[in-house]
Amino acid sequence: MRMIARRIGLYVITAIVAITVNFFIPRLMPGNPALAVIGRVQASESTQAINALELQYGVQTKTGIWGQYVHYWNQILHGNLGTSLNSYPASVGSLIRAALPWTIGLVGTATVISFILGTLIGIIAAWRRGSWLDNVLPAMTFFQAAPYFFVAILAVALFATKLGWFPQSLGYDTATLNPGLNWAFISNVLDHAVLPALTIVLASVAGWTIGMRNMMITTMDEDYVLIAQAKGLPKRQVISYAARNALLPNVAGFSLAIGFIVSGALLTEIVFSYPGIGYLLITAIGSDDYPLLQGIFLIITFAVLLANLLADFVYAFLDPRTRQEA
Amino acid sequence: MRKLLRSPKIVIGLCLSGAFVVLAIVGPLVAPYSPNASSSTTSGTPMPPSAAHWLGTTQVQQDVLSQLLAGGRSTILVSLVAGAVATVLAVLFGVSAGYLGGYGDDLLSMVANVFLVLPALPLLIVIFGFIGRGANPNDVLIGAIIAITGWAFGARQLRAQTLSMRARDFVDSARIIGERKWRIMAFEILPNLVPVVATSFLFTVIYGVGTYTALSFLGVISLSHWSWGTMLYWAQNAQAAQQVRLEWWWFVPPGLAVGLFGTGLALLNFGIDEYVNPRLRAAGLTGRRARRAGLPRRPRLGLTAVLPAGVTAAAAAAAAGRPAAAMDGGAVSAVSATAGGVIPGSAVAGPPVTDPVLPDEVQQ
Repeated sequence: MRMIARRIGLYVITAIVAITVNFFIPRLMPGNPALAVIGRVQASESTQAINALELQYGVQTKTGIWGQYVHYWNQILHGNLGTSLNSYPASVGSLIRAALPWTIGLVGTATVISFILGTLIGIIAAWRRGSWLDNVLPAMTFFQAAPYFFVAILAVALFATKLGWFPQSLGYDTATLNPGLNWAFISNVLDHAVLPALTIVLASVAGWTIGMRNMMITTMDEDYVLIAQAKGLPKRQVISYAARNALLPNVAGFSLAIGFIVSGALLTEIVFSYPGIGYLLITAIGSDDYPLLQGIFLIITFAVLLANLLADFVYAFLDPRTRQEA
Repeated sequence: MRKLLRSPKIVIGLCLSGAFVVLAIVGPLVAPYSPNASSSTTSGTPMPPSAAHWLGTTQVQQDVLSQLLAGGRSTILVSLVAGAVATVLAVLFGVSAGYLGGYGDDLLSMVANVFLVLPALPLLIVIFGFIGRGANPNDVLIGAIIAITGWAFGARQLRAQTLSMRARDFVDSARIIGERKWRIMAFEILPNLVPVVATSFLFTVIYGVGTYTALSFLGVISLSHWSWGTMLYWAQNAQAAQQVRLEWWWFVPPGLAVGLFGTGLALLNFGIDEYVNPRLRAAGLTGRRARRAGLPRRPRLGLTAVLPAGVTAAAAAAAAGRPAAAMDGGAVSAVSATAGGVIPGSAVAGPPVTDPVLPDEVQQ
C-alpha cells in the first residue's frame, strides 16, 4: 500500500499548508484588515469577544509571531475555529456543523450521479465514434465552460419561475415545516434538492464524458479488445473489457475534479439559497465575517482531502498494480 | 499550420474567442452609455430590450449592453493575465521537475500536487476577502493572484512530457556536447512541448474566466468594478431570475458571454488535442456519409475493412467531393507525416498513429 501511504503524506502536507496559509494571510495583508473589523465591532461586542479576536489575528498581543502560530495550531487541533462575528456568540464550528449535512447530501449525491452518468455516456460516445453523439459533445462543453451558478440561474428561471415545477429556493419549506424524521419533511427536502442537484449534474457531466470517451478510444485499440472481438464475444462483453480498463484514469481524475466541483456546487447553493456551506459563505463575505470565512476554507479543504483519500482507496481496489507495488 | 486551420473545432474556437478579444479591446469605446449611468432615477423596474437599450436596463436603469462591454474588457484581461502567468509558472515548475529528476523533481512535484488538491476558490475567497472590497482592484494583479492557484495542472502535464523527452537522442547529444541545463530545457525540450504549453495556456484562461466570474459573483471583488461576474451579482441580488416577469435580459447576456468565450477556448483546446492525438477524432467518414457512399458498416475496432475496389474508389471520390470528409483524412496523413517534425517520435501522440479503419488509408 505504498501508493496510499504516499497520498496520505501528500494530504497531510496539504492540510498543514492550508492551515499555515490561513494563519498568515491576515498578517501579510497591508494594514491588518482585522483591525478594521475589530474597530467596527468594538461598540457592539463584549470585551471577551474582542480579546478573542485580537488573539486570533495577532493584534495588541505581546506574543511573537511564532508563539501566535503555535497558539493557532493548538486551537485548530482542539477543533476551535473561533467565534463568528456576524452571529455572535455562535462559534464558527457550530455554524458549519449545521450547514455541512445539507452540502454533503446535495453535492455528494450529485457528484456520484454525474460520475456514473458521464462515464456511461463516454463509453457509448467512444463506441459509436462518428455518430451524432460526437456533435453533442460541443454542446456539453458549453455547460462545462459556463459557470455552475449561471446554469443554476437558468434552471431557476426556466423550471422554477417559468414552469413552476420545482421550488425556487431554500432547502425545505421553512414557513410550514419543522425539521424531523417524518415523510412530509423528507419529501419536501427531496423536492427542494432535485433542481440544485440537476444543475450540478448538468454542469459537471461533460468533464467525465469527455475524459471517458478519450480514454475509451485509446483502450479500444488495445490487442486484448481486438481479440475479444475476434473471438466473437457478445458486443456487451467486449465493451465491458475496454470500459473497465478505461475507467481507471477517470477515477484518478476524480481527485483533480472534486475541488472544482465542490467550489461550483457552493455557488449553486447560493443561487438556490440552499442552507449549506455555500450560503454560509456568502453571508460571511457580505458581513466581513473573517473567522467564519477562514473556518469554511479549512473545512472545505479537509472535506476535499477526505474525498480524495476515498477516491484513492477505490483506485487501489480497482487496480491491483498499485497494490503489488510495495 | 494550414492543416491546423482545417479542423472545424479550431476554426470555430478561434472565431469565437477571437471575437471576444476584439470586443474587449473596442467594446468600451463603442459602448452607447457609461456602465454606471442611470437613464432615469424614478423607475425601479428593469426595462426589457428596446431601441434605446438594446439589451434592456437593470433595476437602476443602467444599460446592460454597456455593462457587458465594459465588463468584458476586465474579464478577458484578467483571464488572459491569469493564463499567461500560470503558464510561465507551469513551464518553470514542470519542465525543470521533469528534466532535473531526483530530489529536485520530488520537491517541485510535491509543491504542484499540494496546489492541485488545495481547493482554489475558497482559498481565493479568503485572500480577496482580506484584500477587501474597498480597495480599487487592478485587473493585472487579480489575474496574477488567480494564476497562483491555477498553474499546477499544466505543470504536471509538462513534467510528464518532459520525462518522456529527456531520454531522447537529441537531448542526449545536446548534453554530451556540453550544453548547459537551462539551455537544454529552454531550447531543446521546450520547443517540442509547444502543443502542451498551448493547451495548458488555454486551459488556465478558461479557469481564469470561470474563477474571476465566480469571485465577482460572490462579491469579494469591488462591486463597482464592472465584470461579467459583477453583473450577475447585481442580477442575483435583485432576484432577476425569481421575478414573475423573468428579467432574462439582465442575467442571460453576461452568463452567455462567459460560456461562449469558454466554449471557444475549449474547442481550440480539443482541436489541438486531436491534432496531436488523431485517434481522438471522430473516425474518418461519419456513419451517415459512409452509408451514403455505399460503404458497408465499418467495423468498430482496429480490423482493416476489406472493401471491393469499386467501393473504395467511390468512397475516395465522395471524400474528395466533401470538404469535411476530405479534411479528416487529409489531416490524419498530415499528422503522420509531420509527427516526426513537430514532436520527435510523436511523444505527445503516444504510440504511432495507426487507424486502419479510415477508408482513405485503405486507398493508400
